[in-house]
Amino acid sequence: MLKEKMETVMSEKEIARAITRISHEILEKNNGAETLVLIGILSRGADVAKRIAAKIKEVEGVVVPVGLMDINLYRDDIHIKLDQPVIQRTEILFDVVDRNLILVDDVLYTGRTIRAALDQIIDFGRPRSIQLAVLIDRGHRELPIRPDYVGKNIPTQKDDRVLVRLKEKDGKEMVVVVKAGMKKPVPKILSAGKSPKKGGKK
Amino acid sequence: MALKSRHLLGLEGICAEEITLILDTAESFREIIERPIKKVPTLRGITVLNLFYEPSTRTRISFELAEKRLSADTVSFTPATSSVKKGETLKDTVRNIEAMKIDMVVVRHSSAGVPYFLTHCIESNIINAGDGAHEHPTQGLLDMFTIRRKYKKLKGLRVVLVGDIKHSRVVRSNIWGLKAMGASVALCGPSTLLPVEVERFGVDTYTNLDKAIDGADVVNIMRIQLERQQAGLFPSQREYTNLFGMTGERVKLLNKNYTIMHPGPMNRGVEITNEVADSGSSVILDQVTNGQAIRMAVLYLLSGKKEAGEEE
Repeated sequence: MLKEKMETVMSEKEIARAITRISHEILEKNNGAETLVLIGILSRGADVAKRIAAKIKEVEGVVVPVGLMDINLYRDDIHIKLDQPVIQRTEILFDVVDRNLILVDDVLYTGRTIRAALDQIIDFGRPRSIQLAVLIDRGHRELPIRPDYVGKNIPTQKDDRVLVRLKEKDGKEMVVVVKAGMKKPVPKILSAGKSPKKGGKK
Repeated sequence: MALKSRHLLGLEGICAEEITLILDTAESFREIIERPIKKVPTLRGITVLNLFYEPSTRTRISFELAEKRLSADTVSFTPATSSVKKGETLKDTVRNIEAMKIDMVVVRHSSAGVPYFLTHCIESNIINAGDGAHEHPTQGLLDMFTIRRKYKKLKGLRVVLVGDIKHSRVVRSNIWGLKAMGASVALCGPSTLLPVEVERFGVDTYTNLDKAIDGADVVNIMRIQLERQQAGLFPSQREYTNLFGMTGERVKLLNKNYTIMHPGPMNRGVEITNEVADSGSSVILDQVTNGQAIRMAVLYLLSGKKEAGEEE
């Protein structure tokens, strides 16, 4: 019953391929890795950013600095929500001035997170450019923001949920769309600790 | 996880989870203070009133900077230049200021209980910045934050609070907070400066400093208020220094990786020698920096909280 409303849209292999492709696209567009810095949005964007950095090191032999960013303090709905979100630590231990900065997140949806991240980056300095890399673009933008690098475009309904599960945090590796109308609790096979069902549907 | 109350009146009765939330949040805010642009837009549109009925350097500037770094609008109130001089009551004063639409009040007052009283006068979130000899919760929190940053824990550490225990609100906030976090707390001071109901705190009490600090990890030294000597609570400054002053000789009794703290302002040469105050084990200036992060965390966590648990 649960399975009918849930669809695996990316498998472990597909995620790996997407990250490899994005890494190559970033290198191509920026003529190598020398000017690059990566900033991942916490929490899963940070994991994607680290993987892109590892891939770039593998391909070019260049270590690209990776920063982590919590955007909650820059949210536009912080006083609308009932409880304040828990703030994680932002760690940008390098200068962003005059670098080509790649902002990385797992899912791009309304664009509001990215707006907050852009504002925060500007408070750290003035990069030469800011480019956006996302693993999933699910549409429904509410702000004029578009990604430069996309792992996969996925058509969704507004009230669907896109769940990215990565080994670093979740012990499993998959992207799942939970269709609208399902009850809130995350389906069992996605909660940490259990082995994921093999492959996609069909 | 969120704070249970919409005010911060004291640390008495606050549970370990709430304290941990504040300390963890402060850890994230600590990084903002080190940025080139030390400002985030989080409290845009929130107006904070700093109501300081008592003199203060550190606490007031620390709160003001914390508010500004969160982009709140701030107004400061000084009784000396206000209608308090014309006889306006505290209640009327705050209700009139609140009528100008403020959201949060940071209050310091020489009478214990004023912050609590204000929660019944106005709708704003109230933060206690020191009330009489009752509590100074943000100081207690920043002391714990400073200790936790150094030792990566609070549980099991031996913390000794030395000096004027009777009149110190910093001591009270430290006791409640440290006990909730599982630290072992001891008090030490001349018996005239220990409160009568000292057993009520449920912590070890000493009148001999060498015994108190033997094997301790942290010594937090309270300021000795010199007017207490005039009141006859100790015979002479020199005697106090001999018996309760923290000297380079005494610190040898402490554990190897010890820490010296002082909430300020210090009387150098009275409760603490220059040697100890300026040594590598002294975290007195870290306390001041960390205070800002703690105050940012408290302002952030209380901002916009509307429904009070206890008043529902």
